[in-house]
Amino acid sequence: MSRTFFEFARRNLQRNLFRSLLAVVGIVIGVLAISSMGILGNSLTLSVTEELSTVGDSLSVIPHSGQGSQFGAGLVQDRISERQVQDLRRIAGSNPVIPFYSTADRIQVGTKSGVVSIYAMDTDDIPKLVEVDRGILIRGNSGVLAGPRVVSQFDLKVGSQIRFENGDTQRVVGILKERGLGFDIQPDYALIVPSRWYEDRNDEKGYDQVIIKVRNLDDVDVLEKAIDNRFNRREDVLDTFSSKEILSSIQQVFGQISTFTTAIGGISLIVAGISILNVMMMSVTERTKEIGILRSIGTLRSEIRQMFIYEALMLGAIGSVLGGLLSFGGGYLISLLMLQTTKYLFHPSSLSSIALGMGFGIATALLSGLYPAWKASNLSPIEALRYE
Amino acid sequence: METVKAAGEDDPVLIRFDEVSKVYSLPAGDVVALDRISLTVERGEFIAIMGPSGSGKTTLLNLIGCLDVPTSGRLVINGHDVADLSDDDLTYLRRDTIGFIFQHFNLIPLLSVLENVEYPLILKCRDRNACGMKPYEVLRAAGLDDERLYTHKPTELSGGQQQRVAIARAIVNDPSLLLCDEPTGNLDQKTGGAIMDLLAEMNRMGKTIIMVTHDTGVAAFAHRQVRIVDGRIMEDTG
Repeated sequence: MSRTFFEFARRNLQRNLFRSLLAVVGIVIGVLAISSMGILGNSLTLSVTEELSTVGDSLSVIPHSGQGSQFGAGLVQDRISERQVQDLRRIAGSNPVIPFYSTADRIQVGTKSGVVSIYAMDTDDIPKLVEVDRGILIRGNSGVLAGPRVVSQFDLKVGSQIRFENGDTQRVVGILKERGLGFDIQPDYALIVPSRWYEDRNDEKGYDQVIIKVRNLDDVDVLEKAIDNRFNRREDVLDTFSSKEILSSIQQVFGQISTFTTAIGGISLIVAGISILNVMMMSVTERTKEIGILRSIGTLRSEIRQMFIYEALMLGAIGSVLGGLLSFGGGYLISLLMLQTTKYLFHPSSLSSIALGMGFGIATALLSGLYPAWKASNLSPIEALRYE
Repeated sequence: METVKAAGEDDPVLIRFDEVSKVYSLPAGDVVALDRISLTVERGEFIAIMGPSGSGKTTLLNLIGCLDVPTSGRLVINGHDVADLSDDDLTYLRRDTIGFIFQHFNLIPLLSVLENVEYPLILKCRDRNACGMKPYEVLRAAGLDDERLYTHKPTELSGGQQQRVAIARAIVNDPSLLLCDEPTGNLDQKTGGAIMDLLAEMNRMGKTIIMVTHDTGVAAFAHRQVRIVDGRIMEDTG
C-alpha cells in the first residue's frame, strides 16, 4: 500500500528530475556545511583537549594570596608550611602529595644568560611530575633537569654547566620530555633542582605550591571539599584548583565555538529547506488535477499527504547521504586548512557530527514537506478536478 | 468505516434525493445551483442527465459522486445518508460503490495502463498480490485485448483506448454505479459510439449508469432522460 505511494513519489521526482536534483543539491550543501563545521569544531576541541590533558588529573594547592599579602601585613600567609603539607598528606591518603618551591633566577650558560623559572622539589617526587627524555633523573643533592624550551634557549646538553646568580654552579643531568601547556607547572620552560640544595641556599619558610596527583578523577571534588573544610573554615588560607575544572571550562568554550560554526552551517540548510518547500509547492500546483483524480477515485486525504511526505523524505534522504559522504572530504579539507592535521576525522565524535548533519538534513526536508503535503491533501476534489 | 458496507444491497433504490438544495456562497451573493430536487434512481437504471451549461447538472453529478454534500435536504446513496459521513467515509464510498468516467479520461500520467487499472484495487485490497488477475479481466472486458499496450503510459494511447482504460479502472472495484461526465465528449463519432456500446453492455450486466451529456444521440442510449434547467428538474422520462 504505502509502496504504491512511495512509487508515486519516486516517479514524480523522476518526472521533474532537474528540479529534484537542485533540491537535493541544496540539502547536500546544507549537510556538508553542518557536518564539516561540526568536524572542524570537534577536531579543535579534541586537539586542545589532547594538548592539555597531559597534565592529567592533578589538584593544585596554593596559598590564598588575598589582600593581606598585597598590603604586606602578613595577615594571610603566602607560603604552605610543613605542617600544612602533613595535613594535606593525611587528607590525600594514598594519592601522592608533591610540595615544591617555585622561583626564578638569572642563569648563565657559557656566554648566554637569561632568566628562567625554577622548580625545587624532592628528588623522589620528580618522576611523579615529569619524564626525562635524555640523560637521567637527579640523584642525591646535585644536578639539574632542564625543560626543552630552556634547552633550546641556552643550547644546553646533558653535562652543560649552569651558573646561578649567586655564583653556584650545577650540571645538567637530564633533559625533560616536552609536556605541552599545563595548569600545575610549566616544566618545558623551567629548570628543576633538588629541594635540599635549594633550601640550603635560601631561607624559605614554606612551599609555594603543592600538587596532589589524584588517581581517581571522581576523588578530585571530594579532596577539594576536604581541603576547604580543613583549612578555610574561618578564613581562606589555601586555594585549590584542579586541571579537570579548567579543562572542562576550556572544553565548554570550544564546544560553544563548535556550536556556533555548526549553526552557521545550519543557515545553509534552512535555505535548502526553503528550496524544497518551493519545489514541493510547485509540484502541488502542477499536480492539482492529478490530486483531484486520485481523490475522486477513492484516495484518502492521509494517503495524498503520505505521497508528498515521501517525496520530501526522498529528497532529504538522498541529499543527506550524498552530503554525509562528501562531509568526509569537506571535513578533511577544512581540518587540514585550519588545524594542519586530519587525525581526528574518523574519531567517533567527528562521525557523530556527520550523523547529526544528516539527521538535520532529513528533518529539514521533512519539515519543508509538511505544509505542501497538508495543502495537497486539503484540496477540494471538485476544484482540483476542474483545474487545468 | 474501513469499507462502506452496502447497507441496503437489497433495496431497489440506489440513490434518493429528497428536497436537496445546493447553494454556493460567493462574494456577489448566494448562487442556488440545485433547488429542492427530489429524484430516485433504482438499481440497474441507465439515466442521461441533460441540460444547458450552468443548469446545475455538474453539481448534481458531484453530489451523486460524493465529491460534494448538499446544503439542505437528504441524499441517500446505497443506504447511506451522506450528511452522516466523514470525508474518509465519503472517500471509501467513492472507492467501493462508484466508478467515475470523465470526458478527459483523467488517467494518471505517472502510471502505466495496467497500473492505472490496478490503482483503485490496491486502494481497496491494500495488497497488490491479493488483487489477482482482475486488472487483466476488466481491461479485456473494456475491449483492450492487446497486452502489449498495458505497459504503455496513457498518453501513448488513442483517445478511444484511453477511455477504455478509464472504464476498466472504473469497474475494477465492481461498483454498483458508473458515473459518466460527457464520456464521448472528447471522441470522434465512431469511437464514441463504440464507447457507448460498451457502457450499454455494462448496464446490461447490472451496473447502474448515470451520465451527463449534451449530445441527444448519446442520451438516446439511456433508458431515462432527466432534463435540468436552473437547478430544477424540468423533464423526467422515468
